[in-house]
Amino acid sequence: MTHWIIALIVLPAMLAPFIVLSARYHIGIQRVFSLFGVIALIAISAGLAWVASDGTIILYQLGDWKAPFGIVLVGDMLSTLMVFLTAVLALFVLLYVIGSGWDERGRHFHALFQFQLMGIMGAFLTGDLFNLFVFFEVLLIASYGLMIHAGGNKRLRAGVQYVLFNLLGSTLFLFALGSIYAETGTLNMADLALRAQMIGADATVGIRVASVLLLLVFAIKAAVVPLHFWLPSSYAEAPGPVAALFAIMTKVGAYAIIRVYTMIFPPQLEVTTGLQGVWLMPAALLSLALGMIGILAAKSLDRLVAFSVIGSMGMVMVAIALMTPEGIASALYYIVHSTLAGAALFLIVDLVKSSRPSLSLTAMPPFAGSTVTAGLFFVAAIAMAGLPPLSGFVGKLMILDASFDTALGVWVWIVVLTASLISLVGFARAGSIVFWKAESVPAGEDSEVFERSHAMSYSAVGGLIVLLAAYTVFGGQAQSYMIVTSQQLFAPNAYIETVIGSQGKMSNIFSEED
Amino acid sequence: MEVLVASAVGIMTTTGLYLILRLRTFPVILGMSLLTYAVNVFLFASGRLTVGAPPILTDDATMYADPLPQALVLTAIVISFGMTAVVVMIALGAYLGTDDDHVDDLIVSDDEDVQ
Repeated sequence: MTHWIIALIVLPAMLAPFIVLSARYHIGIQRVFSLFGVIALIAISAGLAWVASDGTIILYQLGDWKAPFGIVLVGDMLSTLMVFLTAVLALFVLLYVIGSGWDERGRHFHALFQFQLMGIMGAFLTGDLFNLFVFFEVLLIASYGLMIHAGGNKRLRAGVQYVLFNLLGSTLFLFALGSIYAETGTLNMADLALRAQMIGADATVGIRVASVLLLLVFAIKAAVVPLHFWLPSSYAEAPGPVAALFAIMTKVGAYAIIRVYTMIFPPQLEVTTGLQGVWLMPAALLSLALGMIGILAAKSLDRLVAFSVIGSMGMVMVAIALMTPEGIASALYYIVHSTLAGAALFLIVDLVKSSRPSLSLTAMPPFAGSTVTAGLFFVAAIAMAGLPPLSGFVGKLMILDASFDTALGVWVWIVVLTASLISLVGFARAGSIVFWKAESVPAGEDSEVFERSHAMSYSAVGGLIVLLAAYTVFGGQAQSYMIVTSQQLFAPNAYIETVIGSQGKMSNIFSEED
Repeated sequence: MEVLVASAVGIMTTTGLYLILRLRTFPVILGMSLLTYAVNVFLFASGRLTVGAPPILTDDATMYADPLPQALVLTAIVISFGMTAVVVMIALGAYLGTDDDHVDDLIVSDDEDVQ
């Protein structure tokens, strides 16, 4: 048993208090430690992804207690992929933060950033539902701090909404966990998968309620319509780089749905049958449509990008709701793409914000560095709207292909294609108002002069765009990796056996009984 | 005892939800606290209701109280306590800043939007 996997949680958990306690007044030292931590996270998670890529399940029993008595961390292909994605995203967000000086506008940015990473990493790695709740709370409480970083009345108000909505979500999560425990007597995911199969057909009421509650909780995190109301104003009012980091947080919800509904309540399980097809699919199609219409209707650039996140989560949920290996594989491909594209767009919005009087979609005189920003926006918008040649197009193609001969396939095709057209018009409209019409507006005498953004900010956004391009070029390899990952998800026996079968403290008690 | 616990959970949840729908910060936070009390009792009951039973199996014990939900409740209490403190502080900041304690969206008129 190697200890590397827990380093992903322990490292940021140690760095954050260290930054608060010893480097409080030294922004330079904070930046160095924060960067060092993120680079170490990338290295460790890349190593773990490499180990897991041949189908190995990395198991870590905390305190050497045997599951289901102790808490376990599990790294399979899906969790190591998500962890690696988080670490890479964190690096670019951090570079942007340092370049744009966001971390100087309020105290404790880097400490909160590390705590946030700790929560996200833990949520992806844990093999226990209650532990998932705890890591959700860790990432949420850090995100409350990051969301209202640098203050301001509008941001505080949006923060209140965000916090209250998530508290409600957490309470719902506890209700779901309580009913699951009452029905099965365990909260370990692998153990639950075994026990859910044992529930007789005559006693399914409790477990049905529990599985729907759990789906609701994850749908809140993933901002699926009609549970998306918290997202637009929170993401639009949050500081730009924080919103970019939040691009991974909606994916935590999507990850949890994939994990729980392929392993614990798989589509063929009779007691919860119909949950995905009957309920999740229409909700996903609705969020896709609503998100894309929101892009067209948005009056300011930050809201526009927030709605594009809802739309892209809708796209991911459509692919997940198919609940086939092809569907999940395309969902995973799209998750990586939309995380990078969404983060790039939020950073670009912040670039615009730092050099333009407001973000509203009205023509204003051109601003410093608007040519480069316009170019970056152009590429990121192409990626987000899913036009060729970038990875959004590839991902959409995979989703359409996976849904081709399913029951709701026609609806998926209609909604996906129409929504893409609408989002295309929306992005084109926004881009031409902000960047093109600016040329025809004369600069007023009294207009404020903004400084051009730091080169490091541009390189962080550029880096994300380069990653998107690379993700398209190596799309074939990425796709085959996702297919293997989703095959592993649909054959959960290896996972369950590793978790339940591994030796640890307490195993001797069972061997004596046998 | 089942009726008592079940109705307690039910009444606290209803009251909590009603208060949350008032959409002003003070009632909403009160409602949220009531809801967390409800969920704590609910979690507690998820290990079945037993009276006077030991939480650890011994040789002469005929029944025992499930200790795990108690640990879960303890975690949930600590987390909800911390979260309530955070939300009180943020809500107070927002209220003092804008002199308005609504939690729903600001209605922005079109003229204001253009500026």
